This record gives sequence, structure tokens and C-alpha cells, in this order.
Amino acid sequence: MEPLKIAGRTFDSRLLVGTGKFASNGLMAKALEASGSDIVTVALRRVDIENENDDMLSMINQNRYLLLPNTSGARDAKEAVRLARLARAATGIEWLKLEVTPDPYYLLPDPIETLKAADILVKEGFVVLPYINADPVLAKHLEEVGTATVMPLASPIGSNRGLQTRAAIEIIIEQANVPVVVDAGLGLPSHAADAMELGADAVLVNTAIATADNPVAMAEAFQLAVLAGRTAYLSGPGAIGRKASASSPLTGFLRE
Amino acid sequence: MQTPVSYQNFSDLWTRHSVFGERDTWQDRLDAVTCHDVEQALQATPGIYRPNRLLTLIAPAAQAYLEDMANAAHRLTVQRFGKTISLYAPLYVSNYCCNQCLYCGFNCNNEYERCRLTVEEAVNEARIIHKEGFTDLLLVSSEDRQFITVGYLCELAQQLRGMFSSLSLEIHQLETSEYKQLFEAGVDGVTLYQETYDPEVYAQYHLKGPKSDFNRRLRACDSFGLAGMRKLGLGVLLGLTDWRLEALALGMHGHYLMKQFWRSKISFSFPRLRPANKVQAQQFDHLMSDQDLVQMLLALRLCFADAGLVISTRESARLRDAMVPLGVTKMSAGSKTNPGGYGQKDKTLEQFAIDDTRCPAEVAHMLKTKGIEPVWKDWDTGFHA
Repeated sequence: MEPLKIAGRTFDSRLLVGTGKFASNGLMAKALEASGSDIVTVALRRVDIENENDDMLSMINQNRYLLLPNTSGARDAKEAVRLARLARAATGIEWLKLEVTPDPYYLLPDPIETLKAADILVKEGFVVLPYINADPVLAKHLEEVGTATVMPLASPIGSNRGLQTRAAIEIIIEQANVPVVVDAGLGLPSHAADAMELGADAVLVNTAIATADNPVAMAEAFQLAVLAGRTAYLSGPGAIGRKASASSPLTGFLRE
Repeated sequence: MQTPVSYQNFSDLWTRHSVFGERDTWQDRLDAVTCHDVEQALQATPGIYRPNRLLTLIAPAAQAYLEDMANAAHRLTVQRFGKTISLYAPLYVSNYCCNQCLYCGFNCNNEYERCRLTVEEAVNEARIIHKEGFTDLLLVSSEDRQFITVGYLCELAQQLRGMFSSLSLEIHQLETSEYKQLFEAGVDGVTLYQETYDPEVYAQYHLKGPKSDFNRRLRACDSFGLAGMRKLGLGVLLGLTDWRLEALALGMHGHYLMKQFWRSKISFSFPRLRPANKVQAQQFDHLMSDQDLVQMLLALRLCFADAGLVISTRESARLRDAMVPLGVTKMSAGSKTNPGGYGQKDKTLEQFAIDDTRCPAEVAHMLKTKGIEPVWKDWDTGFHA
């Protein structure tokens, strides 16, 4: 299968994985492995990014995975930018999953502050992957300021509700010039396959894997689903219809 | 029981809608809840606050459904918070107090040698706590306004920021402008217990001092919410009056704060009365049983999917261990409730006697054996200017 390309780098896997909510860091490491993922996101708030012995970071093999720090918890552009700069200064990592979520309950992304932060960070040389609501116009604005992807949510983060924003994500995929990574709310492998069948370039999954009874098996299931969804998309699925094609009651006379 | 956002502050709302104003009516409603009502409440999508749902789940009829409630609360908590529990430690900086609160070891009428820590002494205590692995620190003080000033706290916060990723306060009530100064100095959360939402009971237990002003205290959360604090901690001192009515009040208060301060996260704590210097728990008429505590915690979880639920070392190791899978998201460990208690001054006056005396590493180990990752760091000083 053709690799995923983001900001000039290629990745074999189209499944990005989050590191929160696992019962132990050891289990997280095993799940990452089973997912086949190449990109692993980690909340800057949860780790001591400068410390390679940090209990979570030490379990993530950075030769194997691209570590994608995220700004989870930032309430506005100022906080996200500050956090990003400190993390880059400490680690040299330029890739950033931009999350600006002022509401701590549904963690819905703030479109205005996200765009503001993205603009600043891109100009400073960051590779920015912004988490956004499924808003096609915002997606175009972000692309124009130079983000490496857009990451629209399928449904509120952690909700496991699947692709509730289908109609908007279809438009985003249709219009995007950057990879579209469907992020948040994918609760089952079938949800991930669903997003991939629509033409998403990749998906990001965390809660569904971390909180499964068997996270390692679930990670593998997501890997397979992403593969199946992508293959199905590329193979050009047949059109969906409610019944067999009708004759042409309005134009049939032309052939009479 | 609707809580529209048009109220000026929670005191304004409570003046009009206090459940204690119509105590008998609310008690009748609680008693009228049937098993069928509880079953229906458990079938609805969990985690969303509705006054009636909370009333149903704390009612006597729901006692028969604790196992079902526990299962639902467990699933919801794992979904929202993962298989994790955050750990924090309190640091008491003073036990001088100008209030006369009858349940508290720091009551100003208790004759005892008092103690307060200089900024330097407090930093030394904090170092000991930090060495144990904590990065989430709760600064606690009695109402010692002469010494524990905003200036003192700002200086302390600035010195501690390098060591701790999150700093919260549990101190006497301040004004919004003061909370703003503290927020800017690096404090990101405030916990302030109403103690009781019943004005009459409040008056009985708070005889003297600034804290005796019930309505002012009702406005405290508004003050620190307005100041931008990220974490708003609520609680009542369980044992002062009927816990069911207090739970209804907490639900209203929590819901009000979520709407009013939508960028901040609320948490509920469950402090039960504990013995303290010159305080015998048996003196109180409304002591809460373990079963009631569990019911209250489960009911709040099933109405507030994302609220932090905090269980401190006031509770026994046995009970805390058992409560881990019930919806708890945050626990203290190895706590000392006397200023200087961690290293320097081990015989000073405690606020209350702690029950779970295990060291932090033991608590963390217990969590791991239960398949829960103890989270030591869940914030970052990088968020602050």
C-alpha cells in the first residue's frame, strides 16, 4: 500500500495512536507495538519531556516511532504556543499536535484560538497537526496558514461514538490539499474502517484501545480495520443504492 | 431546581432555591422515589446532570442498586479518565486560625501551641513531598491572615513552580483580585468546601471569625472561577447534616459552576468528619456510613461524567482501596495535616487525624495491583506565563 505522507515524511501505517488512559505504561508499549503505528502522540502535560527516564517516555522507542507531542489542556493560543516552544526548546522535536480545548468537559477544539496558534507556530517552523471540529472552512484556513494536516473529530473525544460528523468530513476530504487525519471519537475498528473508506488519509485512536479489556488485541484490530478501510477506498467501492437501477421513466421515450 | 446562568453568583441562586428552605418537601421527594424510578434513571445515558436523576440516585430506594450504580460509574470513569488515578499531596503551612469552627482541630479556642512555616520552611517541606514523586501539590492553611497573605502565597508559588507542575490552594476565602494574583503566580486550582449548604447548621458550627458569614462563603467559588482558576474544588463536611440534601446542593452548585465557568473543571471531595484535637466524631448526629458515602460518590459520578472525584487519607486504607474502581479520579497519599509534618516539626497540631497512613509508594503500588496507572504528573508549568 502507498505510504502516508505528512510534511515530506512517509509512514507505512495510517493509524496514529495516543498514549493516555492505559492501565500501565508497559501495557501501552505493547499496544503501540500491536497497532503497527508509526506516529505516537503524547500529552506534554503528562510527561516530563526533558527527562528521558520519564516513566511514560522511557516506554516509547523513539527510534521506532515519531513522537508527536500534543498541547492537550491549553485553553487558548497563548498557552498552546508557550507549551510548544518550551517542548521544542527541550527536545528539538518540531512536530506538534495542536490542541486548544478551553472546555474541559467535551474537550472540543476552539477554532479561533487554534487558527491563531497554528499561524504563529507554522511561521516559527513547527510542523503543525491541528485537532479541529469537523469544519470544512476552518480546515481550508488552516491549510492556508501552512498546517501539515487537518485532524477533524469524528465525535467528541473519548466518546467512542464513531463518525457523527460524516457529512462535514466528506467535504473536508473532498477539499483538502493536506492529509486528513480523523481524530477523536472512533470507538470501534469498524468506525476507523468507516473513516478510511470515506477517504481519510489516516485516523488517530486512543480511548478505544486504552480502555478495552485487552488493549493489545484491540490495537491490532484497529490496525487491520485501517488497512481494510484504506484498501476498500482505493479499490473503488460500488455505489450504494436502495434498489436495482430503475428504468428511465422520464427519458425513456427518447429510445422508443 | 433549574440553574439558569442569569444569577449573579451562587449565593443569589441559593437564596431562591435552597433545598434547606423546603427541607420537608425535599425529604418527601427523596422518600417517594421508587425502585422503578431508579431503574429508569440507570437506563438513561450516564454522566449528564439532571436534578431529578441526582435526586433519584441518592434516594433511599437506590441503596438496593449500589452494585448496578457501581458498574455504570466504573465504566463511565474508565471511558472518560482511563485506567488511571492521579496522586497529590497536601502541604499545610499554618494552623493559626481566627475562626471558631466546632469540628476543626485548628479552632481558635483550642489552646495548643500553634505553628506556621516561613516560605523557606514550606519550600523545604515541599522538597520532601517532591522527592516522594509528587508533582501535584495542594497548599493548605487555616485562616491566618496576618501571616499567610497573598504576598506570602505568591512568593511560595513562584518558588515551588519549578518542582511542581500543578499547585492548588485550600485556604481561607479570598477576593477575585487576590485569586487573580495567585493564578498569575502559578496557582491553577482552588478547593473550598462550603462545609454545609444549610444556613442554620452552618451558623451552629461556625461561631466566630470571617468564615461565619454563610452567604459570603457561597460566593467563594464564583470568585476563584472569575479569576480564571482551572480547577474548582467543591465539597461539604459530611456529618454536619443530612448528606442527601447536601448532595442535592452540591449537584446544583457543580452544575451552576460548569455553566458559569465553562473553561474550568469542577471536582467533588468527600471529607467525612474525623476525630481531631478536642473533637470527637461521635458528637455529631449525622455521621455518614460507608454505604452512604459510596452511594453519594456513585450518584455524583453518574450525573457528572467528567468531574474529578477526590478521596483523601481521611478514609481508611481498606475503604480507599475498595473505592478505587467506583469512579475516584484523584487520591492523596502519605499526607500530613500539620504544618511541618513531613520533616521538620512532627508534633504540631493536626487539622484532623488521618486514617490511611501508607506512604505514597505503597498507595501507588496498590493502584498498580488493581490495574490502575498512578498518575504523578497531569499538568505542566509551561501553561503559565
